[in-house]
Amino acid sequence: MTKKIGDVILDVQNISLAFGGVKALQDVSFNVKEHEIRAIIGPNGAGKSSMLNCINGVYQPQQGSITFKGKTFKHMNSHQVAVMGVARTFQNLALFKGMSVLDNIMAGRNLKIKSNLLLQALRIGPAEKEEIMHREAVEKIIDFLEIQAYRKTPVGMLPYGLQKRVDLARALAMEPQVLLLDEPMAGMNVEEKQDMCRFVLDVNDEFGTTVVLIEHDMGVVMDISDRVVVLDYGKKIGDGTPTEVRSNPDVIKAYLGTSH
Amino acid sequence: MQTTFPQLLIKHAAERPDAPAMREKEYGIWQAHSWAALGKLVEHIACGLHQSGLKRGEHMVLVGGNRPRLYATMLAAQSLGAIPIPLYQDAVGAECVFPINNADVRFAMVEDQEQVDKLLDIRTSCPTLEHLFFDEPRGLRNYSEPGLMALDQLIESGKTFANSQPGWYAAEVAKASPNDVAAMFFTSGTTGNPKGVVHTHNTLLDRARAGADFDKLTSNEEVLAYLPPAWIGQNIFSYAQWLACGYVVNCPESASTVMIDLKEVGPTYYFAPPRVFEGMLTTVMIRMEDAGSIKRGIFNYFMTVAKRVGPARMDGKSTGALKTLLYAIGNLLVYGPLRNTLGFSRVRVAYTAGEAIGPDLFTFYRSIGINMKQLYGSTETAVFVCLQPDNEARADTVGVPIAGVQIKVADNGEIMVKSAGLLKEYYKNPTATAEVLTADGWYHTSDAGFIDASGHLKIIDRVKDVGRIKGGANDGAMFAPKYVENKLKFFPYIKEVVAYGDGRDQACVFINIDFDAVGNWAERRNLPYAGYADLAQKPEVYQLIKECVEKVNADLQVDTLLAGSQVSRFLILHKELDADDGELTRTNKVRRGFIGDKYQPLIDALYNGKTEQFIETVVKFEDGRSGSVSATLKIGDCKTFAAVKAAA
Repeated sequence: MTKKIGDVILDVQNISLAFGGVKALQDVSFNVKEHEIRAIIGPNGAGKSSMLNCINGVYQPQQGSITFKGKTFKHMNSHQVAVMGVARTFQNLALFKGMSVLDNIMAGRNLKIKSNLLLQALRIGPAEKEEIMHREAVEKIIDFLEIQAYRKTPVGMLPYGLQKRVDLARALAMEPQVLLLDEPMAGMNVEEKQDMCRFVLDVNDEFGTTVVLIEHDMGVVMDISDRVVVLDYGKKIGDGTPTEVRSNPDVIKAYLGTSH
Repeated sequence: MQTTFPQLLIKHAAERPDAPAMREKEYGIWQAHSWAALGKLVEHIACGLHQSGLKRGEHMVLVGGNRPRLYATMLAAQSLGAIPIPLYQDAVGAECVFPINNADVRFAMVEDQEQVDKLLDIRTSCPTLEHLFFDEPRGLRNYSEPGLMALDQLIESGKTFANSQPGWYAAEVAKASPNDVAAMFFTSGTTGNPKGVVHTHNTLLDRARAGADFDKLTSNEEVLAYLPPAWIGQNIFSYAQWLACGYVVNCPESASTVMIDLKEVGPTYYFAPPRVFEGMLTTVMIRMEDAGSIKRGIFNYFMTVAKRVGPARMDGKSTGALKTLLYAIGNLLVYGPLRNTLGFSRVRVAYTAGEAIGPDLFTFYRSIGINMKQLYGSTETAVFVCLQPDNEARADTVGVPIAGVQIKVADNGEIMVKSAGLLKEYYKNPTATAEVLTADGWYHTSDAGFIDASGHLKIIDRVKDVGRIKGGANDGAMFAPKYVENKLKFFPYIKEVVAYGDGRDQACVFINIDFDAVGNWAERRNLPYAGYADLAQKPEVYQLIKECVEKVNADLQVDTLLAGSQVSRFLILHKELDADDGELTRTNKVRRGFIGDKYQPLIDALYNGKTEQFIETVVKFEDGRSGSVSATLKIGDCKTFAAVKAAA
């Protein structure tokens, strides 16, 4: 299988983030190329989710810059980031539990809906046509992620593995260029993990979406990612292909400890 | 009038071009394909296949679920005089090797990446396989194996060809004769290699029409195609009868949405093996357990009314005014909404076959006003041999011979059938053909049974499985394992049973509990369990199953023929029997001999009086890896009853 990896789409330079005295990230730099699957790994508390939150505009780093598609920012703004084509999923899920799968995914289309609230509420004029158009897009995602059987099911009633899939579906509904996945396989059994890997690879392959993922399961990371960044105590200790990272002594030390 | 499948398609497309032929749910909407559009699609696929080199008389393999384009490809192959062989989509790669090599298959059409991978994996063992077409391109973009091509591409090239040679397709279809081979179905085969059952256009259409006439099917029927197309039953209902009657076949969105789709479509003509009906009933019952007390009370009351009144009504008998009124109220409050939830609001005829059906299950559906009936047939007889007339449906028979069928019972109790729908032969297997087809045209069904006083056929077991108890109190008594197994399986708590007893002094069984039903039962009793294996070995569960077995024994003691088949000992297996481990056939029938060899220590333990036995077995996962499971299984003893002597 050949995959075309493009130029750098996201460039993170010298990011430092501190919460009071806690230094979550210290001078971390790495880049993400178009169409690649980039993993961020590290032990608990290494700063992986903080990194994602900086890219995503949830946290504002004290130092450093983020360059996205040629534009450099001191820090990101979460609304603006979404408009520019970055979507994310959450480690602990952030779905509307009482709403159906369909409505949850439709919520992901929010940014793309142009007609105003009144027109939408009354479903008149262009609003109806627009809704149909968005529903079509959502249906394609439902088909893609094979969740047709749960369209009308309230999300809260679904098993965890399926909720994760709905979370991914909602992010995909934004038609993102870059997809940030925060531990997409956490808490899943082997079969669910395999399914999720398949979907991540398919998303990357079919839509050419660039994927940045945080993951704990080393098997998964080594299998599906093109390049890996390793964080430990807020610092970058390794960067490269899965094979390079695996043989990096610092990484081995961080993960396995050393004998003294 | 004799005809072929492609000719029927052309006829429908000419007579009712805009009427829907098939619907497929895609992207949340039922998308209809008209007869005319389908006709065009088939023409284009046929032309494409011709350009790729598919020849008259050649075989082509199809692997996939119920998709309009799969059926269209089947028709396209037949248009060229080629012979489609549908294979089970959930079969593992190795199981596809034999059919492909047996029929020297060069062409295959598959549904998606999963099937493509499967066939590519076995390509080295199937040197003849050259062309592989796929319907769903997802995930296949970067595949560059030789001969791999998207169906879309084939259709495009076929379209160009069809436009340049307008009369070619019609001329090609006209070349076929009704006595040409139309399709081949591989029987799952409980022993040895599968056998290719060869059917002509005539054999399939003759039976399809006879069945349609029996139930007065019209072009207005709606059918949901959800069982594997490789199984002849599905093929008859959603292909042969579809083309013979011209009704609408609906393809579900995916395997997991079948129940939702069933409700949306509301088929008028429905077919399911007993286990599907059983699954639906279990879902209803579980949901009722969770319902509020008022709802549950209404449900329970009216279900007793239904049990008393419903079956008689279905049999066309009159019930008293009060009962009729009660039933009408029940219909308004319970039966109607229930039928709607199950997707049976419009059903005129629902068939069940393939396995025996429990009397309770059968009565349940008939009592809520569903015209459920049984039929008898097999791949070799193109399904329709016996059917139950509307007012004579019973749980323990399989109906009367329908038009064009002759039946007789051989001296050894075997049912013999003669009809215009019998197989032409087993492919490349004259020995096997000669074994089942006599020179004067009778087919050996290898089922043992008899015709009862009312002219209905009753099946006991496979002839070769009917054995004798040797030694012990019931020496020489008849032993019919399937009969015993079925009686046990009628209990909702029991999923599979394997019975042993031939040549032994008593009958003993292996049991698979129904995980959903027993799990629910355990939860209601606050009985904690970790999983299937744990639940299966609970003493409470053993007691539950023991009661079931003893009820069956009590039932058997009055049976003049089979009183000796009462079960004296049983054990509950630690894993569910699975087709991937070779323990079941692809149609979910137990492979008694194979299981017996695999679990030999367990059988020994049943017969040498041990109270428990350790066993370790290898299991195969769907992705081809294997692991092992082990457990120490308890063995339960049951009460048996002395046979009640007839006419004592």
